[in-house]
Amino acid sequence: MLPESIREELRAIVGEKNCLDKQEALVAYSYDATPMQQALPDVVVMPKSTDEVQQVMRVAARHHISVVTRGAGSNLCGGTIPVGGGIVLVLSRMNQIVEIDEQNLTITVQPGVRTVDIHQAVEALGLFYPPDPGSMVISTIGGNIALNSGGLRGLKYGTTKDYVLGLEAVLPNGEVIRTGGKLMKDVAGYDLTKLLVGSEGTLAIITEAILKLIPKPQTQRVMLAMFADMAQAARSVSDIIANRIIPGTLEFLDQGTIRVVEDFKQIGLPTNVAAILLIGQDGEPQTVERDMEQIAAICQKNDAVQIKVATTVEEADEVMTARRSALAALSRMRPTTILEDATVPRAAIAPMVAAIQEITERYGLQICTFGHAGDGNLHPTCMTDARNTEEIERVEHAFEEIFAAAIDLGGTITGEHGVGIVKAPYLEWKVGASGIEIMKGIKHAFDPHNLLNPDKMFAKHSRNRVVVQRA
Amino acid sequence: MLKEALVKKLDYDELSNCMRCGFCQPACPTFQETGYEAASPRGRIALMKAVADGVMEPDKDFVDQMNLCLGCRACEPVCPAGVQYGQLIEQTREAIEEVQEHSWWVKAVRKLAFFHLFPHQKRMYQLGGLLRFYQRSGVKKAVRKLGVLSILPKQMREMEAIIPEASGKGIVDFFGGTVIPAVGERKYRVGMFHGCIMDVLFNETNRNTVRLLSEAGCEVLIAPDQVCCGALHAHSGEREQARHLARKNVAAFHKADVDIIVSNAGGCGAMLQEYDHLLAEDAEWQERAQWFASRVKDISEVLARLVEPKEWQLLPQRITYQSSCHLRNGMKVTKEPVSLLQAIPGATYVQLREGDRCCGSAGIYNLVQPEMAGSLLDVKMGHVAATQADILVTSNPGCLLQMKAGIHRAGLEGKMEAVHIVDLLARVQKEEKPLSTPE
Ligand SMILES: Cc1cc2nc3c(=O)[nH]c(=O)nc-3n(C[C@H](O)[C@H](O)[C@H](O)COP(=O)(O)OP(=O)(O)OC[C@H]3O[C@@H](n4cnc5c(N)ncnc54)[C@H](O)[C@@H]3O)c2cc1C
Ligand code: SF4
Ligand code: SF4
Repeated sequence: MLPESIREELRAIVGEKNCLDKQEALVAYSYDATPMQQALPDVVVMPKSTDEVQQVMRVAARHHISVVTRGAGSNLCGGTIPVGGGIVLVLSRMNQIVEIDEQNLTITVQPGVRTVDIHQAVEALGLFYPPDPGSMVISTIGGNIALNSGGLRGLKYGTTKDYVLGLEAVLPNGEVIRTGGKLMKDVAGYDLTKLLVGSEGTLAIITEAILKLIPKPQTQRVMLAMFADMAQAARSVSDIIANRIIPGTLEFLDQGTIRVVEDFKQIGLPTNVAAILLIGQDGEPQTVERDMEQIAAICQKNDAVQIKVATTVEEADEVMTARRSALAALSRMRPTTILEDATVPRAAIAPMVAAIQEITERYGLQICTFGHAGDGNLHPTCMTDARNTEEIERVEHAFEEIFAAAIDLGGTITGEHGVGIVKAPYLEWKVGASGIEIMKGIKHAFDPHNLLNPDKMFAKHSRNRVVVQRA
Repeated sequence: MLKEALVKKLDYDELSNCMRCGFCQPACPTFQETGYEAASPRGRIALMKAVADGVMEPDKDFVDQMNLCLGCRACEPVCPAGVQYGQLIEQTREAIEEVQEHSWWVKAVRKLAFFHLFPHQKRMYQLGGLLRFYQRSGVKKAVRKLGVLSILPKQMREMEAIIPEASGKGIVDFFGGTVIPAVGERKYRVGMFHGCIMDVLFNETNRNTVRLLSEAGCEVLIAPDQVCCGALHAHSGEREQARHLARKNVAAFHKADVDIIVSNAGGCGAMLQEYDHLLAEDAEWQERAQWFASRVKDISEVLARLVEPKEWQLLPQRITYQSSCHLRNGMKVTKEPVSLLQAIPGATYVQLREGDRCCGSAGIYNLVQPEMAGSLLDVKMGHVAATQADILVTSNPGCLLQMKAGIHRAGLEGKMEAVHIVDLLARVQKEEKPLSTPE
């Protein structure tokens, strides 16, 4: 419990209305999109400016109170759960687009701007901000940057990290740093911009960002290719890339997902195929046309049982519906949906999916897999029921094996969702003991008193389970 | 105790279905307005679950948050997990109502409205007659002159100003019977749900509904024993009374043996369509409730299927459409009203920005939550003004009144009018063919 005097200090900074400590507010900021994780903060603070963030941090630093920065709370790694109480600092009130600079092709935004609002603002000017996480209608750019979020266009256009040119951030002691700028080249010193991207709110609080924009592609085309054999789908992915075609979208649905989607939407997907690839290309009309033809030929050569190229907007919509419905369809099956995230090199997708299938069967669970085939990022999604503790126990073990399998195939424990609390026990598998040490050193340099998002990224106990954290 | 009542009433499976993805938040007007997690569907479900899990006491803040919800259900269609939020909020309100200690006058008003007025159609007509007398006799003018109305809260005063002319006679009286034959070949037997307030305050809309249906080839049956749909009751936590009304309606229309049950008020239609859920635990009524619910259609769905808009004509005017929440999110009717409007020769249809967002009317919400309702209405009227429309169309009496109030409030009177879709469609028919027994 925070003493009343400290609450008083916080109220003086942000105003009565933006400092919440009633039960109902504490419950409302005790969770994010991570299944089965919850912890109550002591107080919720909603600043409106960098200056207010600074003042709040000074109070926190003086009294050694931990601070969890929060955007929309849509992350899946427990990143915004205030495990040890303290302040939840909600940045959604800082939601202004500061400037769109058409001369330099940059946009400057406050951290609480929603990703989709950036898209709309720049596309109206014929410009393009490619990162498009599946959650972009709610997620904030601050959250995207802190988690280095990726999306469907990651393969061709890269992820958030490739578009952040400069940042303003408040350090745990209340000082402000500015990194980068409207510059395409900048090698002055360590690259603190890149360090803050993906730092999961453990190093500093991002209060403004300068993002790179590119011209908006002229046309867009999509197709669905269906395969009777997983390996052929995977081979098509590597063949497409080996043929020097980089599709704008290259998504993948496994048989389980296809069945559930078809059950749910009845859009005429064949439920006996092993995998579907959703392939899209954007750019100059002629190039797009040529690429789509080549891609279709490659899939045909790899024995695709059916290829459906969308020629009209309605058809394209239907094709995209298949992919977009995946999560919706899966989440309607059972009460609890655990959307996980593991990445392998592109060539290892087939063995990875096979491994997931084998593990799923061995543990008697329902796990379907879909994801971004183009960049090797898979989402094994488990349909379960949090109330069935015996089953949840099996889920934990299964996911542990899935992450181990990803590492064995040269992959990683998370490609886009972040480490947070749920992946913390496995970070060492990926980066090794000295990797952890150097990371802890960086954390200490920024945040010597461990105020920002404590208990995240580095596991306190090495054997914390993935899914359920028991006290 | 509220806690026990909630634990008993809340569907725990439905609570568990929420995966906290937050996809519902951009759709939620109260979240948009406040930016506050607890004022979002995800937040409200988390609060309900926290109570059910024993993590939280259902205190005053909890109740306030539940009352701030408009019940517009914009959160439902966007939810990937298909969480039935509407049912959760009704269960919560039923529990709150069970333990709520209202002040004596709120109790009296609720009792009067929910038990002695709405369920008794005859009394509604009597009240309508009284209101008509007030409006016509000069009493209204006198009252206004005396400034007596200034004792009413602002929202009520605004409402008083825009209340349409009431009727003391129901639609059955007007047509002098309960069966209106189809013009030409009979395509369907349609049961007309006339609503309780609709038949008093929007009697003309009801008459137009019958006319349009009959001319579209429907034999219209106005089941005489029908009563209020119970939506206001259910949304205010009086689900038992809603069930009582539901049984009466199911019986009335079942007896009439119709192909379709048509509603011209989104709020009523959505309620009627959920009678099977409402009576799910009533073995005796389950089957008939399903029969009933599966037949309920909105008037725009029926007309879009049956009429030939080529015959229509409107002076060159701009039309825009404010979609009614329960029609859209409850009955899932979105395309038909728009396609009907777009098909009117002479008219220019302009899309209303955020036309799918709640106008703040939401039953009696604008009376009990005037602040939130007012700010939602102001945003709405900003978008409405931007369309530069001559006619603002809605499809629910509550929304229609709210839009009228909005036009009044935004100083747009004389520049545009708010009209029920049925009345507009009746107006655009080139020649009005009188029915056998008109007024
Ligand atoms: C259905 C669904 C689909 C998703 N799809 C994708 C996807 O395709 N790709 C993907 O990468 N992710 C995806 N996500 C995960 C998540 O939505 C993204 O990671 C998103 O970027 C989180 O943004 P947010 O604003 O919700 O951040 P939050 O969840 O609020 O915060 C995330 C992390 O960032 C930190 N943080 C937030 N703001 C700041 C700031 N201003 N300064 C410093 N730290 C900050 C927080 O402390 C926390 O650690 C998905 C999630 C869901 C529920
Ligand atoms: S969209 Fe549905 S599942 Fe997601 S938070 Fe809202 S209610 Fe829950
Ligand atoms: S019903 Fe409307 S106001 Fe209530 S939570 Fe859903 S979207 Fe928000």
